[in-house]
Amino acid sequence: MQEHQHFKNYHIESRSFAGRVLLTTVLIIGLTFALLYRYYSLQITHHQDYATQSDNNRILVQTISPQRGLIFDTNGRLLADNRPSYILSLVPENIKSVDETIETLRSLIVVNEGHVQDFYKFLKKNRRPYQPIPLRFRLTEEEIAKIAVNEYRLDGVEVEAILVRDYPAGSLFGHSVGYVGKINNREWSKFDEEQAKRYRGVHTIGKIGIEKSYEDVLFGEIGYRNVEVNARMRVLRTLEQQNPIEGKNLQLHIDSHLQQIAVDALGDYRGSVVAIDVETGGVLSIVSTPSYDPNLFVTGISYKNYNSLRNNPDIPLFDRSIQGRYPPASTIKPLMGLAGLSENVISRSYKIFDPGFYQLENEERLWRDWKRTGHGIVDVHKAIVQSSDTFFYGLAFRMGIDRIHDFGAQFGLGQKTGIDLPNEKRGLWPSREWKQQAHRLPWFPGDSLNVGIGQGFALATPLQMATMVATIANRGKHLQPQVVKSINGEILPPKIINQVEVDNRYWDHIFNAMKDVMHSAHGTARRAGSKSSYLMAGKTGTAQVVGIAQNEEYDSEALKERNRDHALFVGFAPFENPKIAVAVIVENGESGSGTAAPIARKIFDSYLLDKNRDKEKPPAKLVSKPAIGEVPINKVLSVNVLPEISSLELAQRENQ
Amino acid sequence: MILKNQQDFIRRMPEASHDLRRRRSFWSVVHIDPFLLLLLLILTTYGLVVLYSASEDNSNLIKRQAIFFIIAYTGMFTVAQISVDYFSRWSLLFYVGALGLLVSVLFFGVGAKGAQRWLSLGGIRFQPSEMMKLAMPIVIAAYLSNKTLPPRFKHVFWSLILVIVPTVLIIKQPDLGTSILVAISGLIVLFYAGLRWRYILSALALLLASAWPMWHYVLHDYQRRRILTLFNPEADKLGAGWNIIQSKTAIGSGGIDGKGWLEGTQSHLDFLPEGHTDFIIAVLAEEFGFVGVFALLVIYLLVIARGLYIAVNAQDSFRRLLAGSITLTFFVYVFVNIGMVSGLLPVVGVPLPLVSLGGTSLVTLMLGFGLLMGISTEPPKITNNR
Repeated sequence: MQEHQHFKNYHIESRSFAGRVLLTTVLIIGLTFALLYRYYSLQITHHQDYATQSDNNRILVQTISPQRGLIFDTNGRLLADNRPSYILSLVPENIKSVDETIETLRSLIVVNEGHVQDFYKFLKKNRRPYQPIPLRFRLTEEEIAKIAVNEYRLDGVEVEAILVRDYPAGSLFGHSVGYVGKINNREWSKFDEEQAKRYRGVHTIGKIGIEKSYEDVLFGEIGYRNVEVNARMRVLRTLEQQNPIEGKNLQLHIDSHLQQIAVDALGDYRGSVVAIDVETGGVLSIVSTPSYDPNLFVTGISYKNYNSLRNNPDIPLFDRSIQGRYPPASTIKPLMGLAGLSENVISRSYKIFDPGFYQLENEERLWRDWKRTGHGIVDVHKAIVQSSDTFFYGLAFRMGIDRIHDFGAQFGLGQKTGIDLPNEKRGLWPSREWKQQAHRLPWFPGDSLNVGIGQGFALATPLQMATMVATIANRGKHLQPQVVKSINGEILPPKIINQVEVDNRYWDHIFNAMKDVMHSAHGTARRAGSKSSYLMAGKTGTAQVVGIAQNEEYDSEALKERNRDHALFVGFAPFENPKIAVAVIVENGESGSGTAAPIARKIFDSYLLDKNRDKEKPPAKLVSKPAIGEVPINKVLSVNVLPEISSLELAQRENQ
Repeated sequence: MILKNQQDFIRRMPEASHDLRRRRSFWSVVHIDPFLLLLLLILTTYGLVVLYSASEDNSNLIKRQAIFFIIAYTGMFTVAQISVDYFSRWSLLFYVGALGLLVSVLFFGVGAKGAQRWLSLGGIRFQPSEMMKLAMPIVIAAYLSNKTLPPRFKHVFWSLILVIVPTVLIIKQPDLGTSILVAISGLIVLFYAGLRWRYILSALALLLASAWPMWHYVLHDYQRRRILTLFNPEADKLGAGWNIIQSKTAIGSGGIDGKGWLEGTQSHLDFLPEGHTDFIIAVLAEEFGFVGVFALLVIYLLVIARGLYIAVNAQDSFRRLLAGSITLTFFVYVFVNIGMVSGLLPVVGVPLPLVSLGGTSLVTLMLGFGLLMGISTEPPKITNNR
């Protein structure tokens, strides 16, 4: 049989195939009978069981949402709270005509087009049957009463008590704490299986700020409940319950009092203040003005409100502190001086003559100093105190971009700081390679000159500038800025990114120069530093918004307000033992010394001098809450588990 | 070639003389197998009726599916016109082409929920694994039919390589269900080619032995969960178990004659997930009852019977193997889907053929039937003796 098979035997092949087909036919018939038997068993033998299950008693698996973790400031003041709120939901399965019911409701309470549109959007989404769909949030007492009276003609309409996020501090933390909002279609489509399960019974998700970056921590874990419901989907009894695990509470480094001082100091200006605890990297204050009230977003912002926020020319929704990219301007000079000393490009006694401009060899162009007459004989100390551009043009030229880039990068320039807030921007700390890639051009010496005074390509966010100055204040210990101080009382340790190695004598030299900016007779910020009981260090900056041509006079009167220079200031205090580092940016504030430095001074004063700050009790209304017993649980299909301890108690616990 | 033709001629002698006397019928000229076409029309119509109910009277969805039917039927008729020999001759090209697309899915694929299964070309998305469902039986049938049958060890070995490479690529996507089906379509060819029992038995033994390492190292978490859910759906009521509990309730509550068209509470109240795709048989069972399921199975069996009849009467090994594999694979789809929805088999993503919503699988299946029609209506090879 083995050997002669090298020739094809068509007859045998055909017969063998027929045999195999016969075999599979038997198999097919057998398996089909198995299927038929299975369906017979389900549909005929056990029909009654399944029919009962389908028609009369349905077991519903309901999710129980955990209570979202609370957020406190460093002093235990409540920043994000959960308040019971009444929502009106419809269960389409129990309603004959949804449109008619909505019309009826309209005659009783306020229901506008936006509500109806959102309702239908929800309806189209993948949902559990008999899951109520919210139509109106935040019902008033009067509205609840009206619904109750008309209950007989409102089948499938339910008033449900849920916990709604509330931000007692309002716009003060609009960007930093952020807000939760309705889960939108894009977010739904990105969820994996687990997440889809998790958010099924929840209406909201953290959208920006801490609420977003700590979403998982704040959320907790959902619980389940199997309930038996009758044909009209009324819950008869709970069969089994797995309780949710509540979200963890967060305490921030941010101090609301300092935050308020910063906002007040900025006043009507657009700008940003970032204050960092030098020892831990904790963010003591992070402000972007103008801000907005995060409460608007929680249950869905109205179109009118949203459009007015979006179309506002001051772009309140834009978080300047971590997304605004500004030229660091002269605030870069202490770092440049340090770089020059550390790289041995200059010495502490190195001097130049500043005639009011700098010229590259063989080039016509004059690189102007902000002071037309120049600063005369200048060393690095004087160059920082009086902010000589000419000195730093020369320094930057001699150092070259490669060394400037590498030194600055150690302070976090050009990289994300890694702060625990979402959507942070990187800024730009240019290098030869970057320019080649981005502009397909080689690096010119003139580019270095611009970078040397913090202009040109160089861009940094206020947070990056604050991190830079905090790293200087910390003598090179570069810490990652961190908004959250502790999770459920567990302190998060500071994260060291790197240590910049520079000789101590040079640190002292630059520190002294920065001190003299504030306290010497010629310091640019001498007015902001005057009459203080402690010593501080800093550097002012003024960033051009529009380029000014070579021989043109700078005439701020003629320029429109939006084209005025940005005012900048970075600094730290106290001088001897730095505790707080600050970066201030005032858009179109014109003068770093006149506008930005006084804001920083107010921050320093408040942080270092206001002894009562820590003991201040939050106003009572910030933690008060309606009585919990009022919530009519029996009316509710999917109740969120209500808090057993009030946030007042939690706030006190946090304080201990 | 001469030798082959002579042998063919000798073997075919009695029929050949018969064929030569007969005039070719209308159906044979247009390359349509009337029985098969009738059955497919009944099946797809039945499917649309159920789909209409399952999709919550969504006429847009039905329109889209109807367009897919038109495309699929057109594809089937077109394939039927092509001489079957072309498929044999270009089999390797199809295979390599499909394989290339599978590889490119790994790099440029798009997808959802952690799986990368589609290629997007100029806005049109398609699943290369679907093309492999056809290319696989064609290439193996073409390869083996050139060899002596039953296949010798060497040829079995190379056939297995041809099966394994795309299977692994599809597992990577990851798409366990499709990869198993693609592998099966290739293995069926081997089986029909007369693969010796000692190979089959030792392969089965090996499979059993490798079950443990497969479970621990190859399967994804969600795949393991699905298998576990099969044995105990109550364990994960809200997740994987939900589908099975609800589909069993839907099927069981249908009874003998069902709740009536558009009257299924389980599906219309949205208890049943995926009611218009993989779980559509549950909608059918709920609304048309056991009678409806029985009718569906009868139609399926008739399609399969016709397919096997075509296979047995085909002219040579390539045609036999191809027709056999297409038909038996079709049965596997039917069995796996109907079995999984009723909780007999684990939930793998297999649609109910020609009934579930979905374009690509529909088109692939109909192209397969096009091949069957081509095989069944081909004029006998020896016609030049007149």
